[in-house]
Amino acid sequence: MTEVRDRVIAIIAEQALIEPSDVKMEASLADLGIDSLGLVESIFAIEEAFDIQVPFNANAPEESDFDISSVAAIVAAVEGLVREQTA
Amino acid sequence: MRRVVITGQGTINALGHDVPSTLAAMREGRCGIGELEMRDLDRLAVRIGGQVKGYDPEALFNRQQIALYDRFTQFTLVAAGEAIGQSGLEFSGELSARTGVVLGTAGGGVNTWDENYRTVYEEGKNRVHPFVVPKLMNNAAASHVSMEWNLKGPSFTVATACASSNHAMGQAFQFIRAGLADVMVTGGAESMLCFGGMKAWEGLRVMSKDACRPFSATRNGMVQGEGAGVFVFEEMERAKARGAEILAEVVGFAMTSDAADIVMPSKQGAARAIAGALADARLPREEVGYINAHGTGTAANDKVECAAVADAFGHHADRLMISSTKSMHGHLIGGTGAVELLACVMALKDGVIAPTVGYEEPDPECALDVVPNEAREAKVTAVLSNAFAFGGLNAVLALKAA
Repeated sequence: MTEVRDRVIAIIAEQALIEPSDVKMEASLADLGIDSLGLVESIFAIEEAFDIQVPFNANAPEESDFDISSVAAIVAAVEGLVREQTA
Repeated sequence: MRRVVITGQGTINALGHDVPSTLAAMREGRCGIGELEMRDLDRLAVRIGGQVKGYDPEALFNRQQIALYDRFTQFTLVAAGEAIGQSGLEFSGELSARTGVVLGTAGGGVNTWDENYRTVYEEGKNRVHPFVVPKLMNNAAASHVSMEWNLKGPSFTVATACASSNHAMGQAFQFIRAGLADVMVTGGAESMLCFGGMKAWEGLRVMSKDACRPFSATRNGMVQGEGAGVFVFEEMERAKARGAEILAEVVGFAMTSDAADIVMPSKQGAARAIAGALADARLPREEVGYINAHGTGTAANDKVECAAVADAFGHHADRLMISSTKSMHGHLIGGTGAVELLACVMALKDGVIAPTVGYEEPDPECALDVVPNEAREAKVTAVLSNAFAFGGLNAVLALKAA
């Protein structure tokens, strides 16, 4: 699953215009300078990269099943979705 | 009454990526129409257009901007940058609040619609990029100009097909004259030279397969163009007080509706718009030296337009010059009046009348001085710009030398 983590970090880094090595796992997307449009674009990129459906509603992010509170939370959520898909 | 002047102009179109190169092409009578470069060209019956070539968006915009800017928005920002740069205006505080953006476009983000329909219909994908809606909406260009230059006054987009830009600039003129704004960024843009856009126009069977030859007996249809034209309109006393260079004065505007047919033009509707613009400007018709024609190169438009000019001007119709620069840059649909206003300003400011190129043979139904093939030097003090849209919506602007 380190491959999933690396690809998610690469997507977030590209969105934040920083190097992947500068993406801290505990950082929130806001910490990295990613706004609401950037978040939606990142989720689109994640869906494309892993061919998954991310349950995220931009109207009510906090009510979504998809935890976006930190980079680590996003990686864990994507790992879960990838696991479900291959199961 | 408050008077309105032009203090900046910008463009990108098939003739050039800025105003100097565009005006140089018009002076030389150079035609920017050529073979289209696009996907699936082999499935098109019409393969020519006034396409913007040698354009590299990545040299002008970063990746995030490109993700949000349809080609028509990019063109608008390029033209607005040139116009606002020339005006010398910087927007903050009260000036920001008193400056708006009114732009014309018929189709808005046509390339974005086209690309994403391909994604879901042709490629069968079930997901599109999240920015499709903010990218394709017709007001995207006006909104991005407002955001880029901090313009907080009245802003919106006008869609009246081929008259969109003239209606937009007419609104901008009236806003300043009426005191609703002190400065307006106005004009229009269009970019529908993509497979779906061209297919739609092919369907109407009014497109030429070889050239746009307005007023010529041999004309066989219109040719699509793309690009943008943007102007800075400013209240005259304000412009004078800050020592701005005044390119021309906007003196009148009129709009009429044919209430007749969704595609066929009407002589009465066009003539009423021309006469209305002269009346609004309090301009004696004998003063008008040049008209930038709608001049699409279709059988119907050109003869109806000439008849309308003859009606509105009487004997003076034989003494004025009328040319269609669409013969060089193609028909920019919702952006066309804006690019054509450049020819009007050139006539007033530089004394150069842009020609109607591709002219081969006189048509007795278009028996006016159409400035065939070669630009002409002439001193003119007042000009008109005609735009007559599908749906019978007509918009005519009157300008005078500064």
